[in-house]
Amino acid sequence: MRVAIIDYGSGNLRSATKAFERAAREAGVDATIDLTDKPEHVVKADRVVLPGVGAYADCRRGLDAVPGMHAALTEAVVNNAHPFLGICVGMQLMSSRGLEKTVTEGFGWITGDVVEMTPDDPALKIPQIGWNTLTLNRAHPLFEGIPTGPQGLHAYFVHSYHLAAANPEEVIATTDYGGPMTAFVGRDNMAGAQFHPEKSQTLGLRLISNFLRWMP
Amino acid sequence: MTLKARVIPCLDVKDGRVVKGVNFVDLVDAGDPVEAAKAYDLAGADELCFLDITASSDNRDTIFDVVSRTADHCFMPVTVGGGVRSITDIRKLLLCGADKVSINSAAVKNPDFVAEAADKFGDQCIVVSIDAKKVSAAGETDRWEIFTHGGRQPTGIDAVEFASRMVDRGAGELLVTSMDRDGTKSGYDIALTRTIADAVRVPVIASGGVGDLDDLVAGVKEGHATAVLAASIFHFGTYSIGEAKRYMADHGIAMRLD
Repeated sequence: MRVAIIDYGSGNLRSATKAFERAAREAGVDATIDLTDKPEHVVKADRVVLPGVGAYADCRRGLDAVPGMHAALTEAVVNNAHPFLGICVGMQLMSSRGLEKTVTEGFGWITGDVVEMTPDDPALKIPQIGWNTLTLNRAHPLFEGIPTGPQGLHAYFVHSYHLAAANPEEVIATTDYGGPMTAFVGRDNMAGAQFHPEKSQTLGLRLISNFLRWMP
Repeated sequence: MTLKARVIPCLDVKDGRVVKGVNFVDLVDAGDPVEAAKAYDLAGADELCFLDITASSDNRDTIFDVVSRTADHCFMPVTVGGGVRSITDIRKLLLCGADKVSINSAAVKNPDFVAEAADKFGDQCIVVSIDAKKVSAAGETDRWEIFTHGGRQPTGIDAVEFASRMVDRGAGELLVTSMDRDGTKSGYDIALTRTIADAVRVPVIASGGVGDLDDLVAGVKEGHATAVLAASIFHFGTYSIGEAKRYMADHGIAMRLD
């Protein structure tokens, strides 16, 4: 199996690559992890991962700066229905629009805008940086074998914005930060984590293993 | 169901080896940073911090190797500080596997560098490291000043104002170190930590002076920090990460214990 992790100049790509390699090894999945900036690799890959850190608009610009990459993503994920995982801003780009700094068009895969979190409690700092638990709204193959809820495993978050999805069905998991914030979205073959699976130790490696075995 | 307070062991690294400065002067060699990082990862550290104190430019590249080797083994967030002076430095560290970089003297010298870095890589990966010393006399209102060069060089800059300015420029987090307390084991400067934490909307990491586990509790409860950093109490095995986190949980602080 070929897993393409898209390199468009955003994100701690070495960590993501290493985490996918280790998860594949532990899950006994024969996978080649291909960190790539080549659209033709993305189209041919069995699974596609879009990482991303920084501002929404900058990530979108970075992705568009790679000729043919957006088209390759659409081909692989929308037309060919290959399993897709977006991470952090890579997940946010699945939305209709990002409202960080300026209004930026997303892929429109998950209807809704990426909006600033505005907790009332001044003790809740922005960005949310650190470990939080998840509330699973509905079962999803990527969360198989992962304990969630207040006593469940923790995920590592670093974000000031979250995806306010229009369709509650597509919000798989939330995290509490002065109210429920979108932590994980999913629809068909598309999944996206606001948190960083590649930095979330046990929870993260399990989620990545599940992604590698996922047959949507 | 809430964000947990973070316990962050900090490894001072010089020429690719771990050291711990007592008031940044006495240095004791304490091993291979990557081995230490792996041990802290297993022990449940919430993040890891490398502070590169390599003086010679010949050996500056050793930190890149340390960070890459750590990223190969540890799936936890890593912050790297020390000698971060250019966009190129930051890009290199992030490519090696660092998640955040902490900027210290370069932020004092050129605040616009923080803005440039935050624009380029996002606020979330820019930590500004504030080294402060109390300069008010007894009986006066508390006042702290930024010091550089390991606490030797006064700058005349008010620490709390500087903190707010750095957040305006895009710092996503502040690492606040009391240079009066660092290495003394007498506890964080709680007033300094709280004054800055209450003045900014970004998370504050308390640093400098931890002697026992009550100091960690105080950093969060009284200092309003969302993360606590310590070095020698962990490196020399006085307390384990697990002991520290359980102790904090027993004192009513929400902690990640999985």
